Amino acid sequence: MSHEPDLLYSDTEDALRDAVRSLLADRAGHQAVLDRIETGDPYPAGLWPALAAGIGAAGLLVPEKLGGQGASHREAAVVLEELGRAVAPAPYLTGAVVATETLLALGATDGPAAALLAELAAGERTAVLAAPLTTAPRAADALFGATGPARAVADAAAADVFLVPRPDGLYAVPAAEAAVTPATALDLTRPLAAVDTAGAAGTRLAGAGEARAAVRRGLLAGAGLLASEQLGLAEWCLEETVRHTKERYQFNRPIGSFQALKHRMAHLWLDLVGARAAARAAADALAAGAADAELTVSVAQAYCSGVAVRAAEECVQLHGGIGMTWEHPAHLALKRAKADQLALGSAGHHQDVIAGLVDLPAPA
Amino acid sequence: MTDAAALQERTRALLAAHPPATTDRLDFLRARYDAGLAWVHYPVGLGGLDAPRSLQAVVDAELAAAGAPDNDPRRIGIGLGMAAPTLLAYGSDEVRSRFLRPLWTGEEVWCQLFSEPGAGSDLAALGTRAVRDGDDWVVDGQKVWTSSAHTARWAILIARTDPDLPKHRGITYFVCDMTDPGVEVRPLRQITGEAEFNEVFLTGVRIPDAHRLGETGDGWRVAQTTLMNERVSIGGARIPREGGMIGKAAAVWRERPALRTHALHRDLLALWVDAEVARLTGERLRQQLVAGQPGPEGSAMKLGFARLNQAISGLEVELLAEDGLVYDDWTMRRPELVDFTGRDAGYRYLRSKGNSIEGGTTEVLLNIVAERVLGLPPEPRNDKDVPWKDLAR
Repeated sequence: MSHEPDLLYSDTEDALRDAVRSLLADRAGHQAVLDRIETGDPYPAGLWPALAAGIGAAGLLVPEKLGGQGASHREAAVVLEELGRAVAPAPYLTGAVVATETLLALGATDGPAAALLAELAAGERTAVLAAPLTTAPRAADALFGATGPARAVADAAAADVFLVPRPDGLYAVPAAEAAVTPATALDLTRPLAAVDTAGAAGTRLAGAGEARAAVRRGLLAGAGLLASEQLGLAEWCLEETVRHTKERYQFNRPIGSFQALKHRMAHLWLDLVGARAAARAAADALAAGAADAELTVSVAQAYCSGVAVRAAEECVQLHGGIGMTWEHPAHLALKRAKADQLALGSAGHHQDVIAGLVDLPAPA
Repeated sequence: MTDAAALQERTRALLAAHPPATTDRLDFLRARYDAGLAWVHYPVGLGGLDAPRSLQAVVDAELAAAGAPDNDPRRIGIGLGMAAPTLLAYGSDEVRSRFLRPLWTGEEVWCQLFSEPGAGSDLAALGTRAVRDGDDWVVDGQKVWTSSAHTARWAILIARTDPDLPKHRGITYFVCDMTDPGVEVRPLRQITGEAEFNEVFLTGVRIPDAHRLGETGDGWRVAQTTLMNERVSIGGARIPREGGMIGKAAAVWRERPALRTHALHRDLLALWVDAEVARLTGERLRQQLVAGQPGPEGSAMKLGFARLNQAISGLEVELLAEDGLVYDDWTMRRPELVDFTGRDAGYRYLRSKGNSIEGGTTEVLLNIVAERVLGLPPEPRNDKDVPWKDLAR
């Protein structure tokens, strides 16, 4: 509990950020994203291999002896900040964080779980947890009793393997053996599908007891690092809005000179300063395995999901008419922010978690 | 002489020569000043050793461990935080030697004569006049929101010396003697019932030209040094979780289950999260300063602090139900120290209303964030090139 968080960015983290940002500028500019989101395959061509294997981002959470980069949640958080800025379609949060952390938490050093983990870390295969994107860490147990297809599974389209919770444990099911029914997603940059694995045997990776704890840890890492995606997204929204309101003239002056607008942007900046501290704290607590990691993650989620939505909504409003058009990327950010608000536990859910952890109980 | 080990040794020598247990408090503080251990980043001979500011922590830790007395910084905050850096930057050798030592030891309290009834957010519009008369200046006018004026020996003062110039250019900066017979201090009672602040009436106050800081007409620039330091003085200490006002509200929630409602529960949890994020923001700012990467995040702290204090104390009054209708004491008092988290919820609710007004209103600070941090263009202005005497008032 006496863990003192490091809330800054290291030089290594800054270098990683530069590499990811330049890759995304090259492969996943907003026009490139816009051009693909209405096809069945929104993932920008060549992005995932370059990110996952080229930069090695898929293996950041995985120790070197298990085939990964031996980095931590702090570095993965930086990758997510950049993916959030670009609103880039990539199975990173779902695959390289939630699924990868789940497998890591099983603790296997050999056998099918370890083999799959090494493939994920190398970017050779992509796994996704067969659970709704809305699943909160504390709802992990309920997944093991669920029946029927899993709805709203994010990035199912990119998965080679599904991690499937069943009453007697966690299974790996090849995507080819599952029935994947795409849904039309609010957020077109993170495709959704219903996943039915009832007809596939799959390979059992772990028994129910350890698997429940592992899935919970996977989802906790996802919730904590989602805050960094939300931070990056909000940051882009503010930068774009500031740029636009400096350049857009009405009433013979840049509209950004009106206090009615600049105060709204200043408020967003204040929100971002807080979001950065909260997101860094969550990433650092996860990396350190801090005793208060769950609390720190819930604080970050309870705070950052609202910040991202607010920033995206302000981005649309302060862009005026252009903000309502399909050709401007503001809607990509708005849809991602709104979907992220529901992902991995709502702000209200995380507030309830906090209430339990810090002894602020609801009325009897 | 500027490394940590040398400072530690020097501090131990001070403690050996003046054991805190058997040394008079003031004698100890004077000896500490004379040893250059008051503020190590100040020049030699003025309480410092020209050492890096970050090394002050080495001295402070050593002194705290030995139980040495401190200079009660909260009582002399204006002197330490605002007057001293300005005296250092703009004072003559004589002025610096005369004023800094008793300022630091707390023998002489300082106050700040800046704001006026007609010059609040628009401080540069101030109208207190200073007219040259031989070797002196003669000052007439009225200042307001002056904390510590009733205990202060000296004041930093800005006054108008040339009404024919545009407002930013005709101001001069002085050190004002608060014992001058032309200085009248009247308590200014606030909505809390007490009077932390004062009105100060200046009538024919004489200030020797030697007590001018900076050039005549350059007072606005000099004042920026003062105000810059006001904004930097936050964020030193690490705050524990629930360390601020949220701790008070959380304690009531825990201790009195009968008061809990679902609506207040949601509000409390949202504010608890905001308070925790504000704490982390402060911690991140502190780490940036230690790492030598100061960012603009400092501006965020005061804005967030004001909003949070107001919301949390408002919630606490509501939570307390019948007890929220009661106020502890309306008696007019003149406190020497202000504790935002002190007294009862009603007091905290009322006092926190000042947090978004004092030291720069929230609206002005939002402009500063928008223009200096985000680079947004300023509003068109019609007051910058007009002689002060022709401005509307």
